[in-house]
Amino acid sequence: MSFPIDSNGYYGSYGGAFIPEMLYPNVEELRSKYLEIVEEPSFQQQFGELLKHYVGRPTPLFLAKRLSKEYGCRIYLKREDLNHTGAHKVNNTIGQILVAQRLGKQKIIAETGAGQHGVATATVCALMGMECIVYMGEIDIARQRPNVERMKLLGAEVRSATSGSRTLKDATNEAMRHWINHPFDTHYIIGSVVGPHPYPDMVARFQSVISEEIKSQLLELEGRDYPDYVIACVGGGSNAAGAFYHFNQHQQVQLIAVEASGLGLHSDKSAATTALGKPGVLHGSMTMLMQTADGQVVEPYSISAGLDYPGIGPLHAHLYQSERARFMSATDEQALSAGIKLSKLEGIIPALETAHALAALDQINFNPEDVAVLNLSGRGDKDLETYIEKGTY
Amino acid sequence: MEHLSSIEKLTQLWDQQGDGLLSVYFTAGYPQLENTMQIAKELEQAGADLIEIGIPYSDPVADGPTIQESNQKALQNGMTLEVLMRQLEASEFQVDIPVILMGYFNPILQYGVERFCRDCSDRGISGLIIPDLPIQEYLNHYQDIFDQFNLKNIFLITPQTSEDRIRWIDEHTGSFIYAVSDASITGAKTGISGAQEEYFRKLQAMQLKHPFLIGFGISNKETFRFACDYASGAIIGSAFIEVLSKAEDLGADIRNFVYSIKGN
Repeated sequence: MSFPIDSNGYYGSYGGAFIPEMLYPNVEELRSKYLEIVEEPSFQQQFGELLKHYVGRPTPLFLAKRLSKEYGCRIYLKREDLNHTGAHKVNNTIGQILVAQRLGKQKIIAETGAGQHGVATATVCALMGMECIVYMGEIDIARQRPNVERMKLLGAEVRSATSGSRTLKDATNEAMRHWINHPFDTHYIIGSVVGPHPYPDMVARFQSVISEEIKSQLLELEGRDYPDYVIACVGGGSNAAGAFYHFNQHQQVQLIAVEASGLGLHSDKSAATTALGKPGVLHGSMTMLMQTADGQVVEPYSISAGLDYPGIGPLHAHLYQSERARFMSATDEQALSAGIKLSKLEGIIPALETAHALAALDQINFNPEDVAVLNLSGRGDKDLETYIEKGTY
Repeated sequence: MEHLSSIEKLTQLWDQQGDGLLSVYFTAGYPQLENTMQIAKELEQAGADLIEIGIPYSDPVADGPTIQESNQKALQNGMTLEVLMRQLEASEFQVDIPVILMGYFNPILQYGVERFCRDCSDRGISGLIIPDLPIQEYLNHYQDIFDQFNLKNIFLITPQTSEDRIRWIDEHTGSFIYAVSDASITGAKTGISGAQEEYFRKLQAMQLKHPFLIGFGISNKETFRFACDYASGAIIGSAFIEVLSKAEDLGADIRNFVYSIKGN
């Protein structure tokens, strides 16, 4: 019930492994072993136990009654915000650190934009007693101070990426360069369903626990194991990949992916990759990419640092091209007011990333009997300053 | 007067000279947009045996800070693949030594792979190095287009590349193999270690079909000569970009640099 991927890591015409030869041994080691590792019963058991006792899974599926009334249907919130560290990111970092251990690696590197994936990585490195270096753009370090300190408190080293535009894509470049220079003892924990094969598939598998739980929870709550809609925000797209995973083959389920259109789709300050991008290669895979006519990668913009990435995972590029998923977008302003609305209606302050998914509810014509699941990917504490500064409540 | 085809130029280099070849990399449009032709010409006159012109890219993951900065500056200067192709037109660009284009795949993809190959072929480009287009993706998706224009891709190997994979790459590489001297990005280290020497010896002993040139970590006469003891020649990139970044008199500085590597 997953996403159709071929043996070369392609989802339709997207994916693959566009990596320099210097990265080939690292990526090939992972590619040739990851399936065997993640399918081992001992891995499954350890992964499951950590998700249960450390992360706090299963996360609730909550019928948001006041929100539902507002939109005239039944809206369930998948509470990924209640995970340890406050977002879905940790599902992946737990999985990958267990893979890294089984590959005999001693050191972990990661990239981070807002710092959520960096914190989730630093957390599991502390848990497993592994050395951790997180690359973060110089500009992001300046504007995400609390998360930088959180990573340091957890024992990680935060390295400033000073090249290029000094944000997430450059932090990813620096992490890749670090990996080229350290091919033997280091595993690179990529934070989303991006990067060369097998990363998109591996990360999607670790996040698929989200839709696995939704299925059984819906069966209990609604008497059927699928909703009419699954709605999730997409930056790189890992929470959406996890929420869509087990519903992808189920044609009755409408998959709704929501990108960030920043100050507006055509304002030049946007991160809506499918609306503005073209097929291209970045960070090891063929995907949809925001770029100039000359093929230079464009620096995206969104109020939400987690959606501020110029590409999307190749599986999402395929969902877009094949029209299996509907791609929508929400502006900064729409996201902010949707986040504030949820806070007031349900007592849940969502992350600004998630607020984009909430904003898309306005763009869907629901029938009263529709069941919609919205993946509440993260909590909003980290965004409090932005809510205070830019929100009206 | 018969002109050698661009690929014959490279073959002739191996046949007639065979070793001690110096290949120099520079980024198109750096330090100034219009420097491409001048730098190429100066390199040729100074005694470089082949040149690699880099197509600038916003996200050069295999490159260290020196080449990254030259890429960024070149982009700021307005260099694009369109501009470079105009600069390389025969009436403008009169260089006889083999010219190789080196660049990341995305700008080529946006230019159009077929159009890129046609334009390279029209401009007498002798080979291509596309570091993030690995051999498997090339063979599966693009080789037919390159073949149609008789263009060859030159593949990289590293000390971590297995012997089987080196043999496979040797089957498909165009004209030569680019042997990266160490597990690193460009400009990361200078000098050559014992482990690298062992790797060069292994390559030499493999008796590959194609000659190999050593790149990464070659920055001066000592490292150049050392590489030439094992390989047909060596490639200098970051060290030359450093020279360009500080150049006051491009011509004189380029001549001095090449002489400092190749001179007696």
